[in-house]
Amino acid sequence: MAYASGTLPEAFGLTVAAHVSLCDECRARVGAFDSVGGVLLEQGETPQMADGSMAAALAAAKAAPAAPRKAMRAPGILPTPLQEYVGGDLDAVRWRSVGMGVRQAILPVSGTATVRLLHIRAGAAVPDHGHRGTELTLVLQGAFMDDDARFARGDIEIATEDLQHTPVADSGEDCICLAATDAPLKFQSWIARAAQPFLRI
Amino acid sequence: MPSERPSIDRNIENSRWTDLIARIRDDADEAAFAEVFGHFAPRVKGFLMKSGASATLAEECAQDVMATLWQKAHLFDPSRASAATWIFTIARNRRIDALRKARRPEPEEITWGPEEAPDQSDILALEQETTLLSEAIATLPPKQKTLIEAAYYGDLTHSEIAEKTGLPLGTIKSRIRLALDRLRHTMK
Repeated sequence: MAYASGTLPEAFGLTVAAHVSLCDECRARVGAFDSVGGVLLEQGETPQMADGSMAAALAAAKAAPAAPRKAMRAPGILPTPLQEYVGGDLDAVRWRSVGMGVRQAILPVSGTATVRLLHIRAGAAVPDHGHRGTELTLVLQGAFMDDDARFARGDIEIATEDLQHTPVADSGEDCICLAATDAPLKFQSWIARAAQPFLRI
Repeated sequence: MPSERPSIDRNIENSRWTDLIARIRDDADEAAFAEVFGHFAPRVKGFLMKSGASATLAEECAQDVMATLWQKAHLFDPSRASAATWIFTIARNRRIDALRKARRPEPEEITWGPEEAPDQSDILALEQETTLLSEAIATLPPKQKTLIEAAYYGDLTHSEIAEKTGLPLGTIKSRIRLALDRLRHTMK
């Protein structure tokens, strides 16, 4: 609902848009939330418009060309909204090694929440960590296992302060995820903690 | 049923906006634009003012939203959204640009074939659903309606609503959920 009302930080908005691109059920739900917004608009207040308002809007409308069609499904692993941030598909991602079989690429968004692509080598683990805020993790390729669940392409894991976990990539294929957080993670090991400022996790 | 007449009227009204937007798309029809503007521009202005914009900024953005409607008329698909819903999404994105200077990433489009015209029965089904939804929202208890409005208009997170209304966060989340469940239930 926060996505529909436009109140999500950009980092989370991107993750939701990427997930919705892969999930028809959630696409329908976003549509339903948008309709609630439409009804509220229809039933809302109607302050007076300024003099000449309509003429000004019409002039502005005619001054600019018609809008291009919206992005259609681009081929590749990354959903279209993500390709717009990366500037292409997976081969355009500028990875930086984090160590222990994990690479990351931080994406440019406004606001304090951050979003990054993670490339976890098949079978590798992200060090045991907890969360200070909310972390959304969307799987784009391969799969990862948590203590009690398996997440594959299109699945999204929502981790909050209560969750402490060690995600492990499935052994078959390297796992690629999009992860958005609004607060730094809490790693158990001091080595991972010491590296945090440099890796901006 | 006493509620039957307003439903029919609303359906007719929805189709009228759809027709007017089609005339803007096909004929660059200025009279059609004036009519759509007359109805929706003040509502968009009201929406933006409730979101915390000054009257001047809201006026300016409402003009932008209506100009965008003209330029995007060919992208309006009446089988997927009512005119009000579509205009709401344009206004919301404009609000994000204006008030927060951030982008709102959009999911990719799905299509069922190149440039396929929307199916008439889909349009009708959507119009009927929209009518039901309007009636459901109109009959929500005031407390639930206020919170739904705060979440949509106010540009507020649940924690900010908690701060403003003095209600505990848990209460707000459960009330919003209750309101949405109620809507869903009424829609069945």
